[in-house]
Amino acid sequence: MTAPTGRVFVPGDAAAVSVGADEVAAAFAAAGAQVVRNGSRGMLWLEPLVEVETDAGRVGFGNVTPADVPELAEVVSRRSQSDLLDHRGCVGVVDEHPWLISQRRVSFVRVGVVDPTSIADYEAHGGWAGLRRALSLSPSEVVQEVTDSGLRGRGGAGFPAGIKWKTVLDTASDLKFVACNFDEGDSGTFADRMLVEGDPFTLVEGMTIAAHAVGASEGYVYVRSEYPHAVAALRRAVDTAYTHGYLGQDVLGSGLTFDLHVRVGAGAYICGEESSMLESLEGRRGEVRAKPPIPAVKGLWGRPTAVNNVLTLCAVPMIVSDGGSSYAELGTGRSRGTQVFQLAGNVKQGGIVELPFGVSLRELVEEYGGGTLSGRPVRVAQVGGPLGAFVPVSGFDVPMDYEALAESGAMLGHGGIVVFDETVDMARMARFAMEFCSIESCGKCTPCRVGSTRGVETIDRIIAGQDVGANLVLLDDLCETMTKGSLCAMGGLTPMPVQSAIKHFPEDFEPQEIEPSGAPV
Amino acid sequence: MAQEGNRSQDSSYSDECTAPHYDGQDRHSRSCLMTTAPTTDRTALVRAIASQHLADRGPLMPVLHEVMEELGHIAREDVETIADVLNLSVAEVHGVVSFYHDFRTEPAAAHTVALCRGEACQSVGAEALYDGTRARAGSLGADVEVAEVFCLGNCALGPSGTLDGRLHGRLSAERLDALTEGWR
Repeated sequence: MTAPTGRVFVPGDAAAVSVGADEVAAAFAAAGAQVVRNGSRGMLWLEPLVEVETDAGRVGFGNVTPADVPELAEVVSRRSQSDLLDHRGCVGVVDEHPWLISQRRVSFVRVGVVDPTSIADYEAHGGWAGLRRALSLSPSEVVQEVTDSGLRGRGGAGFPAGIKWKTVLDTASDLKFVACNFDEGDSGTFADRMLVEGDPFTLVEGMTIAAHAVGASEGYVYVRSEYPHAVAALRRAVDTAYTHGYLGQDVLGSGLTFDLHVRVGAGAYICGEESSMLESLEGRRGEVRAKPPIPAVKGLWGRPTAVNNVLTLCAVPMIVSDGGSSYAELGTGRSRGTQVFQLAGNVKQGGIVELPFGVSLRELVEEYGGGTLSGRPVRVAQVGGPLGAFVPVSGFDVPMDYEALAESGAMLGHGGIVVFDETVDMARMARFAMEFCSIESCGKCTPCRVGSTRGVETIDRIIAGQDVGANLVLLDDLCETMTKGSLCAMGGLTPMPVQSAIKHFPEDFEPQEIEPSGAPV
Repeated sequence: MAQEGNRSQDSSYSDECTAPHYDGQDRHSRSCLMTTAPTTDRTALVRAIASQHLADRGPLMPVLHEVMEELGHIAREDVETIADVLNLSVAEVHGVVSFYHDFRTEPAAAHTVALCRGEACQSVGAEALYDGTRARAGSLGADVEVAEVFCLGNCALGPSGTLDGRLHGRLSAERLDALTEGWR
């Protein structure tokens, strides 16, 4: 039943590579195996997760090291009927793994499955169907499909994508742009990276559909420099798409001209803010622009520009091929479709969990995540990146959708969930939020530039036990100024982790009594 | 006024040299050449890189990346050359170079360890690893720089870091010692 049929899949995803996948792939190649470097399935605790193709499906082996390879490779080369399933580290047929089959993979449906370098593999797994349908529709019909899907911006703001696109479409200009924000800088998020490394043609297709829908002739992807594997995968996919007529002049004979450029950031977190990103693309310091005008009216080089996140654009091909209503059937309330959650930090089973909106944080952390890596009790999770709230375990029943999270004083952001165990010191985490803001602030507005530094100093005094009550009042006042007075979400949301830490963990901000020995009691 | 002053400096600079033929294919030999190359060759190379991007929209960031890749850092003289070719003020180019963490103005150490200090890595001990590694940088090798980075997108396999640009997960002091063995 499980005879190997030849190919061995060793992920080329950066996370897998970070724990030795390249060495494992080289060992398989040296043993004569036919190796495919796929993306990661998102079960990151199992990486490197090697899959051996058999007539019963792809059988997985977790945490493979080069030392394991000779024995595995020998089984593969013999194509023997020996029972792979009994082999050490075997996790069974990967497509039937309980962690995967309970998910609803829409955006990640091809990630880890296909060969990311193969345009033929992409097409065989449903690729280009969305673009072909889009090109048979008028731009306004495509925009309508996206509007009907209920798709909202996955970068964090959650703005309806169809409305944004309609604004660009309706703004007259001889030159328009689409720009993809691939500056995924939030700690605890890696979905954009994994999607592009594992299935880069989806982004090319999504952007080409966007170009047709809004009337753009040029596109720019802004990738952060910390993602060299993704840059390479995307550049290779763009070149291949040009060769096959999916980019450039007269795309698929439709008359659409669309040129796609890949640009790399340079280590500035703020460039994930869309107007900073536009400044950076234009070759300037990544300083935030005041709004209005919004980028949809005046974006890159003053022209109408559709700016979307990777996950937003990658949802588009499926929405257009299957129709907006099928996507809208998933989800809850005004949060339609699926959300790609990322389990990170001190978590036993970290990785990608794609589910319809509405799943609880508890289910994600406890069931998918399996608790902490350290084995200690979970104390808190930070949801939505460095600017997101700290949610205590008592708040884990909140449904993960835009509105329910906002109501509970948190935000979904880009869907990242960072788990901490009981050893975490929340005063240190609050201090870090301010410190991070002071390091990464673009400096344009005073509440963020100066407020973050004053925030670090104030929290330092609280930690040192100086006038704790008065300094907490001062800190709260500072947070209010930053929230209301900052130009963008960097200064405006830094108070969210700070204030949620104080609210839920006041004991961490109280003066520590010092014993004569010097040890805290 | 300041801009005018910079400009005249630029043009006197450009008078000294003529850009040689730039062969985009010949990356390796240029990299080797430039570590010890005299100033005029450096200027010619930077000029050639910048000139190649003149037709691009917003060419500055790609030019700076390419100079970093070829020469390892962006020197003051490179800023002047780039400004001249792209018709920008020296202040504009300097402003961009100084804004972004990746652009360095001095040569790097022989080896670089960049450790993630993002929240996800902190939750599995990144702060202690970072502080400890900084304190004992000399024990990893003779010329080692320990830098901080905020998120490498490897947040489920932390603590993460890069060693000479290569990503590693599940780092510990012991693993760092093992991975840097060749540096000593």
